[in-house]
Amino acid sequence: MEGGLEMKVMTMVSAINNALDIKLAEDPMIVAYGEDVGVEGGVFRVTEGLQKKYGAHRVFDSPLAESAIVGTAVGMAANGLRPVVEMQFCGFVYPAYNQIISHVARFYNRSRGRYRMPIVIRFPYGGGINALEHHSESMETIYGHIPGIKVVIPSTPYDAKGMLISAIESDDPIIFMEPKRIYRAIKQEVPEDKFSIPLGKAKVLQQGSDLTLIAWGAMVREAQKAIVMAKKDGISVELIDLRTIYPIDRQTIIESVKKTGRVVIVHEEPLTFGTGAELTAIINEDAFLHLEAPVNRVGGFDTIVPLPRGEHHYIISPEKIYYNILKTMKF
Amino acid sequence: MFSEFSPLEDKMFQVMDNEGNIVRPEYMPEVDGQRLVKAYKDMLFARTADLMAVSYQRQGRMYTYPPNYGQEAIAGAMAIVMRENDWLVPAFRELGAWLAKGASLKEIFLYFMGYEEGTVFRNAKNILPISVPIASQYQHAAGLGYSIKYKKEDSVVYAVVGDGGTSEGDFSEAINFAAVWEAPVVFLVQNNQYAISVPFRMQTRSVNIAVKAYAFGIPGLKVDGNDIFAMVKALQVAQEHARSGKGPVLIEAVTYRRGSHTTSDDPTKYRTKEEEDAMAKTDPLDRFRKYLVNQNLYDPSQEEELIAQYKKEVDRQFTEAENYPPYPLEDVFKYTYVELPDDLRQQQIEHEKFLKWKEALK
Ligand SMILES: Cc1ncc(C[n+]2csc(CCOP(=O)(O)OP(=O)(O)O)c2C)c(N)n1
Repeated sequence: MEGGLEMKVMTMVSAINNALDIKLAEDPMIVAYGEDVGVEGGVFRVTEGLQKKYGAHRVFDSPLAESAIVGTAVGMAANGLRPVVEMQFCGFVYPAYNQIISHVARFYNRSRGRYRMPIVIRFPYGGGINALEHHSESMETIYGHIPGIKVVIPSTPYDAKGMLISAIESDDPIIFMEPKRIYRAIKQEVPEDKFSIPLGKAKVLQQGSDLTLIAWGAMVREAQKAIVMAKKDGISVELIDLRTIYPIDRQTIIESVKKTGRVVIVHEEPLTFGTGAELTAIINEDAFLHLEAPVNRVGGFDTIVPLPRGEHHYIISPEKIYYNILKTMKF
Repeated sequence: MFSEFSPLEDKMFQVMDNEGNIVRPEYMPEVDGQRLVKAYKDMLFARTADLMAVSYQRQGRMYTYPPNYGQEAIAGAMAIVMRENDWLVPAFRELGAWLAKGASLKEIFLYFMGYEEGTVFRNAKNILPISVPIASQYQHAAGLGYSIKYKKEDSVVYAVVGDGGTSEGDFSEAINFAAVWEAPVVFLVQNNQYAISVPFRMQTRSVNIAVKAYAFGIPGLKVDGNDIFAMVKALQVAQEHARSGKGPVLIEAVTYRRGSHTTSDDPTKYRTKEEEDAMAKTDPLDRFRKYLVNQNLYDPSQEEELIAQYKKEVDRQFTEAENYPPYPLEDVFKYTYVELPDDLRQQQIEHEKFLKWKEALK
């Protein structure tokens, strides 16, 4: 699905901006709004320059009310618009959770297909930036668990662009979670032209034969560091970037597990009822007889994410992933 | 007073002008000279601490901090009117009010250095922790108000929110509840003209915020929030109303955030230097100082010395905060539940095993 040959070095922030730019230019039904999204271009500058280019009727600041941001998007979508709304931080989606769960996710069903909800709700999430309370959580499960919406998490600028374009083009509502810890940490050559990456497809980032490591978002980079450590012990790890939390790419995971027989899953969100639990169930269902060790989940503690001075305890380090790789290998 | 300064006509209650002259002597609150000087000095201390907090952050010694620069008269007035038994329900930009309630600067620094300990405010009576989700704390204030009535206590609740926060559903829901319950709550809005980059006129088409009180059937007053005397008078009248069982009051304190939204914000993106300069003329400390000097209550030549003294004190408390012990792993687990579930205890044990292994790696 490569686009043209013109490549440009992008961060995740500029890649998302670029995806929005391409879609706004292409489809007049798209509007983008949220708190500080217009004039300022978002607190992380993700929408910078877009209001100037497309006008304040298409890219704009809303009053400060998340429930209304998402609730109005439902009305717009019912009349043919394709809203892409921003929640300023993961911890501030909750006033809108009612609209997400009661309407965004259900309109299609309730109207027996008459009303589609081509809405994208994007927001930065995850820890590691020494932020105030409510800015560091990873809660993909509470979205993945809602029937009627899809949940996407990119781990690179390239994927962020390609998957956001698919998300905007999707007629189903999408929760698009952006790992802000790597918003600017990774620079990558990304095609300037339009390209898209299908949703619901995981990506094998590295082939391996001894163990399958599954991660997403900011954890992919940490997993890669752990793989380097494990390599010194002669352990060959296959790394899968899940990329879409729902729908889960069962096939890619099962194929890998059948090959390796050992699995470590890494996620920032709390361990209990986390996405790892769902993945474990899928592996049990479809690859049980291939397992040589129990599926090992490495997740956040079931605690409130500590404020910055305590956050290092909570954040999953490459060492901790490596430790769990060894544990699973030794089982 | 509520009818004389009707928010419907967009009237703003003011007692002192920008030059420190008392323009409405009939509303001048009765506060003795020494108390006024103390209030001024507390405001000066809060400003000194606030400006230093920004520079500590710039030096990388503290994390994101929300400046209070230009909004000090609101807390200055709360300090005069609030009683020990009254509740303070803050958002996150209430430095002077926290201090007035008995929080220490050291604690406040600890919070913005990334310790939960900093928002416990151990020596302050009747105060809730800092609330980051905008306007959510207004609901807690209404509930506190109900509980005060229920327990027949003699106190009122002061709840604080910003202008942006008035757009959240929580703002309206909370006032409505408190009004229906006739709960003793003073709902205070610090209208500092911006919610990050979004100016007030993009937040609401209401002529002001105080007028929204009419929809809830309670009194509302738009006050010059940079006028310490107007703020004291307004809060006195409001708390009397609330305390006497007549229900909540909505006070809009009109002010200006002279600093950035937080240390991560760049105001040049959304406002002009001209505007900032024009608003500087309404600065609450300058006005208050002019008044005190005119009344021979305060000698401005001591100001430099005072600031130097305050800087030392701020630095002393900051250093104490910096020397606070590291954050133990135990503290991550200790406070999520009163009764720690076994599973969670096991997570801590497993993590400790990992840490031992990691230590041995070296
Ligand atoms: C529910 C919620 N949404 C978004 C944010 C992010 N945020 C932090 S401060 C702020 C603006 C608040 O403006 P205002 O209420 O006017 O208060 P001020 O910061 O000016 O004191 C926003 C949007 C938040 N903290 N909580």
